Amino acid sequence: MRENTLPHHLIQILLSGLLLLAVVGCSANHIRPSDGGEPAQRPVSEYVKEGTEYWVDEYDPWEGFNRPMYLFNAKFDEYVFIPVVKGYRFIFPGFLRKGISNIFSNFGELENFVNSVLQLKPVAAGKTLGRFGVNSTVGVAGFFDVATDWGIYEQDEDFGQTLGRYGVGPGPYLVLPIAGPSTLRDATGSAVDLVTYNAIVEQIGAVETWREDPAREYGTTAAKAISRRDEIEFRYYQTGSPFEYELVRKLYLAKRKLDVTK
Amino acid sequence: MFRKPAFWCAVALLAYLGTSGVAMGYEFPIDDPYASTIIGTPSAYKADLSGKVPIKEHWLLVFPDRKVPDYLWYARKAGYLTAFQSHKAPLIFAIAGTGGSHKTSKLVNLVRTFYKAGFHVITVASPTFPNFVVSASTSSIPGHPVEDAQDLYRVMKMIWEKYREKVEVSEFYLTGYSLGGMNSAFVSKLDEDEKAFNFKKVLMINPPVSLFTSVNLLDGMLEPVLTRPGGFGAFFDTMMERLGKYYKDHDKVTFNEDFLYSVYTERDPPDEDMGILIGVSFRISSVNMVISSDLMTNRGFIIPKNSEVHATDSLTEYSKVAGGTTFTNYFDEYVLPYFKEKRPEVTREDLLYELSLKSIEPYLATSKKISMFTNADDLILGPGDVDFLVKTFGQRALIYPLGGHCGNMDHKDVVAHMVSVFKGQEVEK
Repeated sequence: MRENTLPHHLIQILLSGLLLLAVVGCSANHIRPSDGGEPAQRPVSEYVKEGTEYWVDEYDPWEGFNRPMYLFNAKFDEYVFIPVVKGYRFIFPGFLRKGISNIFSNFGELENFVNSVLQLKPVAAGKTLGRFGVNSTVGVAGFFDVATDWGIYEQDEDFGQTLGRYGVGPGPYLVLPIAGPSTLRDATGSAVDLVTYNAIVEQIGAVETWREDPAREYGTTAAKAISRRDEIEFRYYQTGSPFEYELVRKLYLAKRKLDVTK
Repeated sequence: MFRKPAFWCAVALLAYLGTSGVAMGYEFPIDDPYASTIIGTPSAYKADLSGKVPIKEHWLLVFPDRKVPDYLWYARKAGYLTAFQSHKAPLIFAIAGTGGSHKTSKLVNLVRTFYKAGFHVITVASPTFPNFVVSASTSSIPGHPVEDAQDLYRVMKMIWEKYREKVEVSEFYLTGYSLGGMNSAFVSKLDEDEKAFNFKKVLMINPPVSLFTSVNLLDGMLEPVLTRPGGFGAFFDTMMERLGKYYKDHDKVTFNEDFLYSVYTERDPPDEDMGILIGVSFRISSVNMVISSDLMTNRGFIIPKNSEVHATDSLTEYSKVAGGTTFTNYFDEYVLPYFKEKRPEVTREDLLYELSLKSIEPYLATSKKISMFTNADDLILGPGDVDFLVKTFGQRALIYPLGGHCGNMDHKDVVAHMVSVFKGQEVEK
């Protein structure tokens, strides 16, 4: 195993990020009535019941880290990610972008398969295997998602969901650099998925020559990120809501809960 | 599917109204206005709005000297969409409904509809959209139709200034849905004096008659959840659980009108639950608007005065206060004092009257260029409102029997009607 492959880098970044979390003060700056002197017409002290759980409340002890990271991601999106995606859209026609995305998804079937097996879901594992077989052959190395047309749909599974299925709760909400909303469980899951993927691919040895050149690997990772961003409609701060951070958090956690129970 | 009392009410109402303004031959598959408001139009009944439309998004700095709190850094400019023909054509301005941005899906569909019919189109956000409150509202206190019209008019003139040399326009038209429909009427009235556009045709889509009646109806829909155990949090969890079951039973779920329609036909959810969903969606818009406004005006309604709120600070606690604030609260404790400062003689009743189409009834009754359509089962209309619309607009009103609040805007008959209004063809009835 080489030492400087990108996945290792990613894990390093992730770990140093978590370390950073431990170092920086993690509670967010909650604006308090006393900060402004005169209390508001409808003061929090009177209108918010202490000890009551509100819909908007979620377990977010790292909010002080997450909010600046959310803002950073928005700026990164605005100045780097979205301009690159626009260039990508300008250069590649729609069907080609769809094909590229399909190829990445086809590689992702490995992750779906491993986690379906780990969760003891034989039907999902079978479908995933079938999809990989059909799309890799009839679908020309995954460029066309023929399986979906045949009614064999993607079984989206990852290690975060596997952990969830065996009773591991989401843990603290966590906004990852660039990747965005996650939780301690799901971020750990992504890291495990990455390590597993590389271990299996190296075991097979099929792409060893391709991975000789780190530039290729960085390129592939970047291309995948661009392709994925291209498919997500979400744009930061476009909801207009002053509570977008809270809404995104709520929806992400609700969606993951559904994914785990599925 | 005629099991809902609402359907029979609609039938009775239509019988009473006579046939003059009633859409004939129109079929809509959902007879429950709560369901149609949430679901919209199932694809089998939709107009084909596909095809290439050159929609572009732009941002406009309306008040260059305005100070904006750091927390609202993202809202300094007002957004708008354009879709221009390459040839001379009429230009339609379209205004969003309550809490709607310049690119909400209903507006984008209007752009597609009118562009495909050969018009230039420009969209603007609702004055109640937080971004508009921050960037384009003079007072940053939205809700008064005359003041909102002045703000909208200013933005529309500034936008047009950018294109007057480049885009060939034969004449100007105006439309808007929901609150945007009401806004259109007041903008049109303002334009009668200023004549910056000299609008030739105006179409109001599902407008409220009295803003206060409408928002009270919406606030009322949320009420049942407050008395249930666990409140809205428990309701949300139950909804997610049900969605989870559905998700589990179906291999592939695409979240669109047809999905919602199938859930509705399979489960037949009670109106009270669907009302809560509508009420919540309205309350979220309202929370966004109130907090943005409060931060801008520094009036200390919910956020204490002179709070320095930075981009990464948390205002979650204040969202809880705003979440429990009804429109009546907002009006009585925030809007009314603001107007009392400006016009000490003004009473609550005066203002409520000004917040309704009744305040410009003679103008609406005599302006042949203004037409409107709505649904007999529109949830934001109170008793007598449909009657008022039919009386005021006469032949220029069209009432569809079903569709809820804006649930049929994508329906093929409705889309054809909208186009025919601006094309100047005989309106089919």
